[in-house]
Amino acid sequence: MNLRRDVFQALADPTRRAILLLVASQSMTAGAIASNFDTARPTVSKHLQILTECKLLEQEQNGREISYHINAKKMKEVADFIEPFRKMWDARFNKLETIMKKYSR
Amino acid sequence: MEQKTKITAEEGKQELVITRDFDLPLELLFKAYEEPEIVEQWMGTKVLKLESKKHGSYQFETMDPKGNKHGFNGVIHEFITNRKIVRTFEMENTPFGVQLEVYEFEKLSDDTSKLVMHVIYESVAQRDQVLQLPFAQGINMAHNRIQDIISKLK
Repeated sequence: MNLRRDVFQALADPTRRAILLLVASQSMTAGAIASNFDTARPTVSKHLQILTECKLLEQEQNGREISYHINAKKMKEVADFIEPFRKMWDARFNKLETIMKKYSR
Repeated sequence: MEQKTKITAEEGKQELVITRDFDLPLELLFKAYEEPEIVEQWMGTKVLKLESKKHGSYQFETMDPKGNKHGFNGVIHEFITNRKIVRTFEMENTPFGVQLEVYEFEKLSDDTSKLVMHVIYESVAQRDQVLQLPFAQGINMAHNRIQDIISKLK
C-alpha cells in the first residue's frame, strides 16, 4: 500500500487542510474542531479519522476527551517531498547560468 | 532566503510549474535552449538531434555510471525566439509517458531574465512518480552537478 499517496489524498481536501491549520498551533478536541465548520459532526469525524490514519494528526487522551494535534514530523516529510526534484532543477539551472555567463564575455 | 528555482505542484493535478530567475540577459538564456552544443553542456546529455524550429524534433542521450544509455526525445510544436517554446518530452523505456512542456522566456532587466516552465503529464499518478524520481535515482545526479559547479568555483 502506498502510504505516501494516502497522505496526499488526505491533503487534497480543503476541509482537511483547514483542520490541519486549526490544530497547528494548539491541540483541540473533536468537538472544538467541529464547531469551526458548518459541516455535520460525523463528516468532521471522518476527516479526523483520515488525517489520523495517515499520521498527519496524532490523538491524545485527556481524561475522557480525545484531543488532536498536528504531527510536525509527518508534515515536514510532506513539505520536503518535492525538494529533491527542486534541487535537481536548481543545480541544472545553476549550471546553465554558469556556462552562459562565459558566453557573455 | 528567496529561492531562485521554485516548483509549484498542486495536489491532485497532473501539471507542475517550475520558475527560475537568471542573472543572464534574455537572449543568452534563450540561446542555452536553442543551440545543441550549449544544451549538451548544461543538461549533461549528448544531443543527437535538435531542430530548433516549429515542427522540429530532438533526441538526447545520457549514459549512467554503469554505461547504460538512456534516451529522451520529443517534438517541437512552437518555437518563438526569445519568447516561447512548446514541446513534448519523453523518457524512452520508462512508464512516465509523454509530457507537454511550455517554456516562456521573459526579460526582467537588461541583465536578468525569467523562465516559466509549465509541464503537463498524462495523469496525476505519472506526475507524482516523476516528482519522486530524484528520491530514487536523480539525487546522485544532482549531487554530481552541484559538485561540478563547486569545483569550478574553486
